[in-house]
Amino acid sequence: MSLQLPIYFDYSATTPVDPRVAEAMMNCLTMAGNFGNPASRSHAFGWKAEEAVEQARQNVADYLNADAREIVWTSGATESDNLAIKGLAHFNHKRGKHIITSKIEHKAVLDTCRQLEREGYELTYLEPDNQGLIAPQQVADAIREDTTVVSLMHVNNEIGVVNDIAAIGEICRERKVFFHVDAAQSPGKLPIDVETMKIDAISLCAHKAYGPKGVGALYVRRKPRVRLEAQIHGGGHERGMRSGTLPTHQIVGMGEAFRLAKLEIDQDREHALALRDRFLAGVKDMEEVHINGSFDQRVPHNLNVSFAFVEGESLIMSLKDLAVSSGSACTSASLEPSYVLRALGLSDELAHSSLRFSFGRFTTAEEVDYAVGQVHLAVEKLRELSPLWDMHKDGIDLNSIEWAAH
Amino acid sequence: MAYSDKVIDHYENPRNVGKMDADSDNVGTGMVGAPACGDVMRLQIQVSDDGIIEDAKFKTYGCGSAIASSSLLTEWVKGKTLDEAGEIKNTQIAEELALPPVKIHCSVLAEDAIKAAITDLREKRSQ
Repeated sequence: MSLQLPIYFDYSATTPVDPRVAEAMMNCLTMAGNFGNPASRSHAFGWKAEEAVEQARQNVADYLNADAREIVWTSGATESDNLAIKGLAHFNHKRGKHIITSKIEHKAVLDTCRQLEREGYELTYLEPDNQGLIAPQQVADAIREDTTVVSLMHVNNEIGVVNDIAAIGEICRERKVFFHVDAAQSPGKLPIDVETMKIDAISLCAHKAYGPKGVGALYVRRKPRVRLEAQIHGGGHERGMRSGTLPTHQIVGMGEAFRLAKLEIDQDREHALALRDRFLAGVKDMEEVHINGSFDQRVPHNLNVSFAFVEGESLIMSLKDLAVSSGSACTSASLEPSYVLRALGLSDELAHSSLRFSFGRFTTAEEVDYAVGQVHLAVEKLRELSPLWDMHKDGIDLNSIEWAAH
Repeated sequence: MAYSDKVIDHYENPRNVGKMDADSDNVGTGMVGAPACGDVMRLQIQVSDDGIIEDAKFKTYGCGSAIASSSLLTEWVKGKTLDEAGEIKNTQIAEELALPPVKIHCSVLAEDAIKAAITDLREKRSQ
């Protein structure tokens, strides 16, 4: 079998829709399909659409060991994060205006928190350790009398490390603080159980688990009841928490994706792990290769790796047949490397030199072997071009030099 | 992000990659940028006694535009006098390579590099 180029290694950014999911979605679009408005109560078209939406809701709830009535449909994890954090903060503002999160959350959480700061809320941004993890004790120490919400991610999108959600959930429950978890990266990779993990709200999306883009969900606990203020008004859909006509085909896609994610989680994990290990074995003879983030507490499909003394964007340019993402942000005006890698305390050279490879359901061993070969060629070529590599080889410590920042 | 054909050409076939003896009286070295910013350029020129740039070498840690800017510069400065080389402007580099606005700093860095190399050589010779 010949390789199709370019090869996709960016499953943490998004996944292709599984053909079985696409099939289910296509049945909800045309006149011959299930196209009705799920909110139409007066005819069979509406009833049939509602039935499909409720089945999908059950599938998502099943993944979380939750009740279907605890699932609110949204447009994706960003909206879910907004609804959860602003919704909880606003609803509980009389109890207090202090919120706890971390420095390496997704921008959907960080920018939402910044907005709350503008509204007069006080935020605590916990610092991860050099492995990218938040210790439960840090959360316990940060909770105050006026804390209402703790928002932390399950799996970090850049480095793939996994926080101890159950231990943090235990602390939040005991201290009577609402616990929101951004779990956009988890479905199909890690199981989630809202009971054992004691989570009050979970942000989810479909497109990182072989479902479509443009649809997500927020889990909102019923017992003990968690209430939040709606952010989008009009029509009172989703028990008033999120108005707007439900997109049947999107929701059916998410439901089917989550059904498959639960069903096939073991084989998906084993597949990803085997590919990751194959990749690692292929690059381990190279010098100055560093894995970013905890290696043990990590999802199997993510490998964030730095090739020291080579800049990430030029590396990506060399690897033009590999679709990977870079921790370097040379294209942005700020020239700042990834805030996540910086928060881990990575040196600038390493932060600028990172690539994120993420493997998935449709990645093959042959593709990984090809990638390993390309990485060797590109890194060797760019190190030949790199003055920093020269200096490293001459035994010069880069930190000993006074660089003129520009 | 889309690169121009010229950037890709210089990136894939960089001209004058290398290292000269920085201690030589005929060599001027300019090292500019910082790892923190994601670009470091080292540009070296070998200059004849009558002030003509006979050869130029570079090594660059940075994005494709930074590599292309320095590669192009080594081509341009060869055969020029120090004064002529010192007059090269970043805007000329940016224009030649069709750099987008977010990459203009790469051409600025290249201009800084040649100026630094010239200064280094002149300081050596004035001693």
